[in-house]
Amino acid sequence: MAQPSRTWIGSRLARMAWLPLCLLLVACHVDMYDQPRYQPNQTSAFFSDGRAMRPPVENTVAMGSFDPNSPLLTGKVNGELTAELPVELTAELLEHGRTRYNAYCAPCHGLAGDGNGVIAYRGDMQVPSLHQDRLRTVAIGYFFDVITNGINRMYSYAARIPPEDRWAVAAYVRALQLSQFANVNDLSAEERQQLGVTGRVE
Amino acid sequence: MSAQIFPRNANAFVWVSIIGLVALIGATVAALIGLYLSPWYTDVGVPKAQPVPFSHKHHVDQLKIDCRYCHATVERAAHAGFPSTDTCMSCHSQVWTNSPLLQPVRDSYRTGDPILWRRIYDLPDFVYFNHSVHVAKGIGCASCHGRIDQQHLAAKAQPLFMGWCLGCHRNPEENVRPRDEVFNMAFDPLSLPLEERVQLVEAYQIPTDGRLTNCYVCHR
Ligand code: HEC
Ligand code: HEC
Ligand code: HEC
Ligand code: HEC
Ligand code: HEC
Ligand code: HEC
Repeated sequence: MAQPSRTWIGSRLARMAWLPLCLLLVACHVDMYDQPRYQPNQTSAFFSDGRAMRPPVENTVAMGSFDPNSPLLTGKVNGELTAELPVELTAELLEHGRTRYNAYCAPCHGLAGDGNGVIAYRGDMQVPSLHQDRLRTVAIGYFFDVITNGINRMYSYAARIPPEDRWAVAAYVRALQLSQFANVNDLSAEERQQLGVTGRVE
Repeated sequence: MSAQIFPRNANAFVWVSIIGLVALIGATVAALIGLYLSPWYTDVGVPKAQPVPFSHKHHVDQLKIDCRYCHATVERAAHAGFPSTDTCMSCHSQVWTNSPLLQPVRDSYRTGDPILWRRIYDLPDFVYFNHSVHVAKGIGCASCHGRIDQQHLAAKAQPLFMGWCLGCHRNPEENVRPRDEVFNMAFDPLSLPLEERVQLVEAYQIPTDGRLTNCYVCHR
C-alpha cells in the first residue's frame, strides 16, 4: 500500500543531508576572519619589538610635510618666529582651536589657560600660566613652536596635532589671553553698563 | 493472522523516540545559538588583562581627559589608534612617577619597545570599518563602545554582529547626535525629540535611501 511514500521520504531526506554540514561550517570560517595580512595596530611575531605597524626610518618625512621655507610648517620666517598667522583668521578657526585646546592642552593648562588644569591639580604638576606678560607679547609662532617641539618638561604634540590645527590652537591661545586681559574701554556701552562702569577708565 | 513481530507497546517507543529526537535536536540548536550570543563566545562585558591596568574610569570620567588626547586619529582616519608610550609619559613623567603599576610604561619609554595592548574590539578581516565617517556624521563613541568611561578595565559593549551595524545603517535617526556631543559619553541621543534627530540626519546628509545597507559598504 504505502510503497511510493518510502522513496518520497528517501529523496526528501537526501535533499536535507546538507543541513548537518552547516553546523560544521560554523567551525571553519577562521581563515577568512584572520587573513594572512597585517591590520593596523596588530601584533607581529616577525618583528622583534612585536608591532606590525613599522615606525618610519629615522629622518624620513612624509611627502608634503617638509618645507623649510614654509611658515605654515615651520612657524618661522627667515629663521625668526613668525609674528603673523600663516592661515586666515576666521571664527571657524577659533572654534576649531577651542576644541583642540580643550582636548590637548586644558588637562594641564586649564580651560582658561591659567595653569590649573585637572592634572596639574591632581598630580601636583607646576604648569605656567599663559597670561604672563612675556607670553602675551611673544610672536605667535612661539606657540606653534612649543606645540611642535615641546619645551623643557612639556612634551611635543606634533605627532597628534597636524600643523593647521596647531595654528588654530595658537590663535585660540591669543583669544584666551585677550579674554583675561581685556580693556574695559574696548567694550560696548551696554556691556560696560552690565559691569557697572560708566565713562572711560584709565 | 500472522504473528506479531513487534509487541504492542512498540508504537509508544516509536513516538517517544521521534519526539525525543526532535526535542534533542531543538535543544542542541537552542544551546548553540545561546552559546553564540553568550559572553563566552562574544566576550561582551568580559574585561581583558592588559600589560598595564589602564583605567578609562580614572582618566576619562575623573580626570576628564578627552578621547582624542589618546585616540588622536579617530576624527581623521579609519582607525582610532592606541596611545603611544610618549602620550602616557607626557603626564606620567611628572605625575605618579613612582607607581609600580606604571613600570612597564617607563620600561617601554626607555627601551623604545611598544606596550602591546590586547585588542577588545576586533572585526573580522573581511569587514571594512571607518571611524572618521561615523564621527563626522554625529555618531557618538558611546553608541558603539558603551559607557567605557565607567569601566576600569575596558570590555566590549557590543558583539559587533552584522545585524547590529545594519540596524543603525537602516535607522540612523535613532543614534545621531549633534557633532559637538560626539565625545560626550553621558549624552543620550534619545533625549532629543525625533523631529530634531531627523533634521540632524538631513543636515549631515546621511543617506536614508537604503544605500548604507548595500553589501559593498562593509565588504569591499
Ligand atoms: C601634560 C601637561 C601639559 C599639556 C597637555 C600641555 N602643556 Fe604646555 N606646559 C606644560 C608644562 C609643565 C610647561 C612648563 C614647561 C617648563 O618650562 O618646564 C608648559 C609650558 C607651556 C608654554 C609656555 C612656555 C614658556 O615659555 O613659558 C606654552 C606656551 C604651552 N605650554 C602651550 C601649550 C599648548 C598650546 C598645549 C596644547 C597643545 C599645551 N601646552 C599642553 C604642561 C603641559
Ligand atoms: C589617557 C589615555 C586615554 C584616553 C583619554 C582614552 N583612552 Fe581609550 N584606550 C586607552 C588605552 C591605553 C587603551 C588600551 C587598553 C585598554 O583596552 O584598556 C584604550 C582602549 C580603548 C578602547 C578599546 C580598544 C580595543 O579594541 O582594544 C576603546 C573602545 C576606547 N579606548 C575608547 C575610548 C573613548 C570612547 C574615550 C573617550 C571617552 C577614550 N577611549 C579615552 C587610552 C585612553
Ligand atoms: C593627561 C595626563 C595623563 C595621561 C596622558 C595619562 N595619565 Fe595615567 N594618570 C594620570 C593621573 C593624574 C593619575 C592619578 C589619578 C588619581 O588617582 O588621581 C593617573 C593614574 C594612572 C594609573 C594608576 C597609578 C596608580 O598607582 O594608581 C595608571 C596605571 C595609569 N595612570 C596609566 C596610564 C597609561 C597607561 C597612560 C597612557 C595610555 C596614561 N596613564 C596616561 C594622568 C594621566
Ligand atoms: C559606529 C560604531 C563606532 C563608533 C561611533 C566608534 N567606534 Fe571605535 N570601534 C568600532 C569598531 C567596529 C571597532 C573595531 C575596528 C576593527 O576591528 O577594525 C572599533 C575600534 C576602536 C578602537 C581600537 C583601535 C582601532 O582603531 O581599531 C578604539 C581605540 C576606538 N574604537 C575608539 C573610539 C572612539 C574614541 C570613538 C569616538 C570618537 C569611537 N571609537 C567611535 C566602532 C565604533
Ligand atoms: C550607531 C549607528 C551606526 C552603527 C552602529 C554603525 N554605523 Fe556605519 N555608518 C553610520 C552612519 C550615520 C554613516 C554615515 C553614512 C554617510 O553619510 O555616508 C555610516 C557609514 C559607514 C561606512 C561608510 C559608508 C560610505 O560608503 O560612506 C562604513 C564602511 C560603515 N558605516 C561601516 C559600519 C560597520 C562595519 C559597522 C558595524 C561594525 C557600522 N558601520 C555600524 C552609522 C552607524
Ligand atoms: C554595515 C556593514 C555591513 C553591511 C552593509 C553588510 N555586512 Fe555582512 N558583515 C558585517 C559584519 C560586521 C560582519 C561580521 C559579523 C561577525 O563577526 O559576527 C559581517 C559578516 C558577514 C558574513 C559572514 C558571516 C560569518 O559569520 O561567517 C557574510 C556571509 C556577510 N556578512 C554577508 C553580507 C551580505 C550578503 C551583505 C549585503 C546584503 C552584507 N553582508 C552587508 C557588516 C556588514
